[in-house]
Amino acid sequence: MSKHEPVLLKNMLQPGYTGSLQDYERAGGYQALRKVVGKMPPAEVTTTVMKSGLRGRGGAGFPTGVKWGFLPKDYQGPRYLCCNADESEPGTFKDRQLIERDPHQILEGILLACYAIGAESAYIYIRGEFVLGARILEAAIAEARTAGYVGANILGTGITANVWVHRGAGAYICGEETALLESLEGKRGLPRVKPPFPATHGLYNKPTVVNNVETLANLPHIISRGPEWFASIGSPPKSTGTRIFCVSGHVKRPGNYEVPMGVTFRELIYEEAGGMRSDKPLKAFIPGGASAPFLTPDSLDVKLDFESVAAAGSMLGSGGVTVMEEGTDMVWAALRLMEFFYHESCGKCSPCREGSSWLVQTMRRIVAKRGRMEDLETLVDLCKNIAGRTVCAFGDAEISPIMSTLKHWRPEYVMLIHEAEAANLINLKRTVARP
Amino acid sequence: MLKEKYGTEIAEILSHYPVKRSALIPLLYLAQQDEGYVSEAAMKEIAQMLRLTPPQVYETATFYTMLNLKPVGKFHLQICKSLMCALVGSDTVIGWVKTKLGIKPGETTADGLFTLSAVECLAACGTAPMMQVNEDYYERLTEEKFDRILADLKKDGTCSLKTGPFMWPEARSAKEK
Repeated sequence: MSKHEPVLLKNMLQPGYTGSLQDYERAGGYQALRKVVGKMPPAEVTTTVMKSGLRGRGGAGFPTGVKWGFLPKDYQGPRYLCCNADESEPGTFKDRQLIERDPHQILEGILLACYAIGAESAYIYIRGEFVLGARILEAAIAEARTAGYVGANILGTGITANVWVHRGAGAYICGEETALLESLEGKRGLPRVKPPFPATHGLYNKPTVVNNVETLANLPHIISRGPEWFASIGSPPKSTGTRIFCVSGHVKRPGNYEVPMGVTFRELIYEEAGGMRSDKPLKAFIPGGASAPFLTPDSLDVKLDFESVAAAGSMLGSGGVTVMEEGTDMVWAALRLMEFFYHESCGKCSPCREGSSWLVQTMRRIVAKRGRMEDLETLVDLCKNIAGRTVCAFGDAEISPIMSTLKHWRPEYVMLIHEAEAANLINLKRTVARP
Repeated sequence: MLKEKYGTEIAEILSHYPVKRSALIPLLYLAQQDEGYVSEAAMKEIAQMLRLTPPQVYETATFYTMLNLKPVGKFHLQICKSLMCALVGSDTVIGWVKTKLGIKPGETTADGLFTLSAVECLAACGTAPMMQVNEDYYERLTEEKFDRILADLKKDGTCSLKTGPFMWPEARSAKEK
């Protein structure tokens, strides 16, 4: 068992816990909502979340309370909350567990956020493939509606909070907050140019907050146990609380592990996830989903907090830690991720749309042992021309696997190209020798 | 006609949104559920319902990979081929389909039962290799499990090996404790 106290995964660790309303209430659920709705001013809820230091768990890590604070205070029209459940980052599968095993925890978080920002409608934008998750959420909303937590006049306070589930249809980019809003409006999920930001011009051009599933799931605990409790966990002052890290790849026990921010990768990989699945040593790991640059075993003692991972040359991103053992072909690994980005580029920005195609073609050529030494310069040149030149962060994400593998494992690229050159030379000799 | 057949469902979907166009993807799903794919006729009808032009519906429908614009087999085998699944054997799983069903990604068996797609991340990296068959996930695939899934789907149209809710946390073995 883990030595760390779980917060978000606590309920589901109890034997027989089904995630039903009854189970959730028995575990203390909806007490946070009862504590604040109609009793605590909404601004105080925002201040509490700010004090806790909670940062978004979707990838960017923006302080949640601060994000809420950007909403115009004097705006009289409707406001919206969107729960980003479009979990599609390769390496990340935490939201799926939270949705399928403890949906009311998320729902309570959504209702608390709605109360804080004054939203009467919330949409859970869930990735289309999570059919089971969507059904579970819909059933949870129906239960909560019957119990008086959702709908008009929640808990008899006259406050309205409606929650709807909206299924996406298989586009990774819809996890980007503005693309999510476009998709929710029934359009192609193309990111919007920012500013204006969703806080003022979001869903239907109204003030909107987009928060990740895990971010929202933290709210009931922050309200119930206090911001000081949350802020004391992890790696204060900038990386507070626990975080669910998804460990995949060559480990003995792949899965989701909730640990305080600030534990090391060594602890996560070797203690929580049981270490390498074979006797081979660790060769590489991705610390925060497919968008995060690869790291080497030299970074095993880096702390799992936003700042430490950034200082090590990568990012904590969505919390997806993928582990690769010695013997993994790093050029192939980078190509696999590049194929993902090529497939998922939405096509709005030329550098990303065209660049991802060129990158994947060049990488495929190298892996097929038909590469040339100048391909390496082409890769770097392409990456430099994509980074920072796109509407959203997708462009920066797609170059991470290539740039980081070129940085740490360049000899593997060179070896493949040498093999290609040697094969060409043999073919050339055969051609010349032929009468 | 969708409106005649699913009037209540359509009214319920529309009630969720203050702007009609937001109901577009849910209605496209409804059309796909009805016919197995999104037909041109359905897109035109949806356009009319939402007061959009048919190209506005078409441009949205073509953006999303889960909306099939042509028929697929009765069972759509979608095997995740992203790096995290590939590290633990997704290419082998795709190989099994080729051997056992004689189809490659993008193809359908002659009897119209199975279509194979190699897809990008399905958020089951910790329980890889995996595949989605229609609405169900099948995780931690082994060849034995895979054979049984195919046999059950052919015979019963479903298989008890489908996974969910999420299979973690689970009891560790006595040895590990």
